[in-house]
Amino acid sequence: MTTINVNGQAYEVAVEPETPLLWILRDTLGLTGTKYGCGIAQCGACTVLVDGQAIRSCQMPVDSVGSADIRTIEAIERDEIGRKVVEAWVQEQVPQCGYCQSGQVMAATALLKQNPHPTDSDIADAMTNLCRCGTYNRVASAIHQAAG
Amino acid sequence: MNALIKIDAAAAAPLLRQQGITNLSRRQLLGLGAGALLLGGLLSTGKASAQPTPVAVKPGTRVPAFLVIGPDNSFKLLSPFVEGGQGINTGTAQIVGEELDVNPARFEVECAPPGADYAVVGGMRMTGGSFSTRSSYELMRRLGATARDMLIRAAAARLNVPASTLTTDDGHVVDAGSLRIPYGALAAEALALTPADDVKLRDPATFRYIRKPVARLDVRAKSTGRAEYAIDQKVEGMLYAAVQHAPVLGTEPVRLINESVARGMPGVHDVHLLPGAVAVTADSWYRARQAVEALQVSWSAPPASGFDAVAADYSSSAILTALKSSSVAGERAEAVGDTKASFAGAAKIIEADYEAPYLVHGQLEPPSSIARFNADGALEMWTPNQMPELFQSIAAKLAGLTPEKVILHSPILGGFFGRHFAYGQSNPFQQAILLAKATGRPVKVLWSREEEFKMDAVRPLSFSRFRGAVGKDGMPVAIQVRTVGEGPLGRWFGAAASGGAVDSSAVEGIVEKPYDIPNRSMEYVKFVHPVTIAFWRSVGHSMNDFFYEAFFDEMADAGNKDPFELRRTLLANKPRHLKLLETVGTLSGGWKRGPFDVGGTKRARGVSMASPFGSETATIAEVSIERGEVRVHDLWIAFDPGSIVNPAIVKSQVESAAALGLSAALFEELAYEKGKRLSHNYDDYPILARDAMPRVHVEIVESGAPMGGVGEPGLPGIAPAVVNAVAALTGRHIRALPLAKAKFGA
Ligand code: FES
Ligand code: FES
Repeated sequence: MTTINVNGQAYEVAVEPETPLLWILRDTLGLTGTKYGCGIAQCGACTVLVDGQAIRSCQMPVDSVGSADIRTIEAIERDEIGRKVVEAWVQEQVPQCGYCQSGQVMAATALLKQNPHPTDSDIADAMTNLCRCGTYNRVASAIHQAAG
Repeated sequence: MNALIKIDAAAAAPLLRQQGITNLSRRQLLGLGAGALLLGGLLSTGKASAQPTPVAVKPGTRVPAFLVIGPDNSFKLLSPFVEGGQGINTGTAQIVGEELDVNPARFEVECAPPGADYAVVGGMRMTGGSFSTRSSYELMRRLGATARDMLIRAAAARLNVPASTLTTDDGHVVDAGSLRIPYGALAAEALALTPADDVKLRDPATFRYIRKPVARLDVRAKSTGRAEYAIDQKVEGMLYAAVQHAPVLGTEPVRLINESVARGMPGVHDVHLLPGAVAVTADSWYRARQAVEALQVSWSAPPASGFDAVAADYSSSAILTALKSSSVAGERAEAVGDTKASFAGAAKIIEADYEAPYLVHGQLEPPSSIARFNADGALEMWTPNQMPELFQSIAAKLAGLTPEKVILHSPILGGFFGRHFAYGQSNPFQQAILLAKATGRPVKVLWSREEEFKMDAVRPLSFSRFRGAVGKDGMPVAIQVRTVGEGPLGRWFGAAASGGAVDSSAVEGIVEKPYDIPNRSMEYVKFVHPVTIAFWRSVGHSMNDFFYEAFFDEMADAGNKDPFELRRTLLANKPRHLKLLETVGTLSGGWKRGPFDVGGTKRARGVSMASPFGSETATIAEVSIERGEVRVHDLWIAFDPGSIVNPAIVKSQVESAAALGLSAALFEELAYEKGKRLSHNYDDYPILARDAMPRVHVEIVESGAPMGGVGEPGLPGIAPAVVNAVAALTGRHIRALPLAKAKFGA
């Protein structure tokens, strides 16, 4: 049994210790807002916040999570910055297919937590999530908007 | 080109061909157990005969099939189309809402189940070919207006007043006074009425929703993780399945070397052989994947060589060589004037071979599928698809059921770009059916990204040979093109649907160009690829407009003409194209080719035009070379789809298509060597990331021409505009994509 803290709640999960956090979120806890895109930390679709940092959960074995505070997209609107990010995403009409957007929103929230007024190049450095629909420019404007 | 719209239900039948090109023998399949037998049975039918559902209804006319109005005045729209990012749910709600008089923001839209009511694309149903809005626009308006008329008549009957004294206001029937009845309170009576077939449509001058940048209905759900895709579906008691496909397409599992190891792994339910694959079912997908990847499989041997199937020595370069060296006489794709004589009298003749690689779709959601046999014997499926009735009919055959016994759910798609047509073994839903049969449990099959890279149907590798004749005055007098290859339309819909001997999806973008070059001769040689080929965003245009428009600039250079001015001259009699070209010139601040200096770096611009899917585009790209690689700074796109429904969605679709076009132009190539694909995931198949995304400036021109497509047309102009800019900057005309393969001096 491993105990993890997700969105302010403790869960006991009976899985192999190397199981990536992503699959526990999705298949064990049913939190399917966090997406699987590549499984090799390339695309960012699986991004969650671990103690406020953007982490690609597909490459994070559950036994390395410990007592960290994990936040997923399902709890994004309970976070003050997260809420602003979501509003900016809606305002800028960012999503197309939407599949990458949970990860984009989480990565943007983590960025704004660390850097409330990122420049374009800060955004370029921090936002490496892939979007096959090519929403990159709108993601950037939405981040600027959320930064106010 | 609009060949697809001509397909009738019978012509779609070849899509049922399951063996595609790999020609799996029945015997091979029969060796693989009960599941395979079922598929073998299907395969043995070869070109399955057409079994179109008898069309008892006129598609797009029965209001209750499309609209569910709740007693609480909620509005659910059952759409013929599947939403995959293109914004079709919002667009359809705008169109219906405009005439029904309901604000589109109140609609909940979902993809309708299979049914004859939804065959609104030229008598069939599909989401693709950028057909959705243009094929259904009139029909959906009429549907909304018809429903509104029924609601008014129901209110009139109830109140015993003439219908002419009533009108509507956003979901309510109202009169001149204070009467205000919600549609929801009238729906039952209204839907019992006979629909009128001559309702008046709104005067477009009074539109409140159509042509307005109405907000997408799905952005909030998609920004908060609440949108549910196929991969997110779960049903009670289901097993998870992971698969390992044959390393070489067409080979079969012969023996499992370490089956007991996989069986002993945690959570494993069973190990299965499937056509062309092995699978493990388990109590979680991660466990199923661990086990299936631990399996050592001995696979049957592919043929040593040749192109009838994927051979042990198959490679991208081998097929390219074969396409180039084909000496088969071509079928005529276009012939105007006297090309032979013009070449004989030309001042200058230029020749060039153009090529483009195989591409994967790379949609971010990996394919998955759930199959469940219900207690009443029905098969219920959740599967990504662009053609519900076709998937239903394939599933029914495989399960030995009639189509009505297959309940199909079509969840929103995490990107598609042509990925979710039926491509034989390249879709997971048949595996889900076989595994649900074998286990007696609902099964969810999910392909890892690596398995998707192995199995995705690909944009065909393509080749065309160009010859151009330039006169003494520097003007192009003749162009000759020989295209050797295969298009997806012929492969999956048959020759009848794809234009006969010349597959329109192989030559679109090379034929029917608007330029006034007096002598033209285009020919096509069909050369069937042994791999599974696909529709890929903008299909034949995705490479052919690059070929043609880049060669156009070679002709301009040969005649010492500025490429923008030459286009202008050759479009003098084409007002729609001319206007678009001038629009993009102005949008970019006035045409300048360069090279010019920006902050100490040399840059240059290239221009291109394309006519995809009934729309027109003119594109300008500005590039520089940084550390030996092409960097694109700006893309200006003037886009004329005739007329539009939602300018905001049109803009974002053009941006999105431009990004994918640039991704292909700069980075993408799926190469084969020794029968295997060399890319496995996004690490060895790079796609456009933020660092290479240019600014994109879009101007929409509504010429009033018949409505064209929106989702795909922004793509084809990108590669040629970029390549032409690179030629302006470096003097090198790049004839093979992606540009990442060409190295430039710093
Ligand atoms: S799924 Fe984790 S980075 Fe792609
Ligand atoms: S919105 Fe489709 S992948 Fe980003």
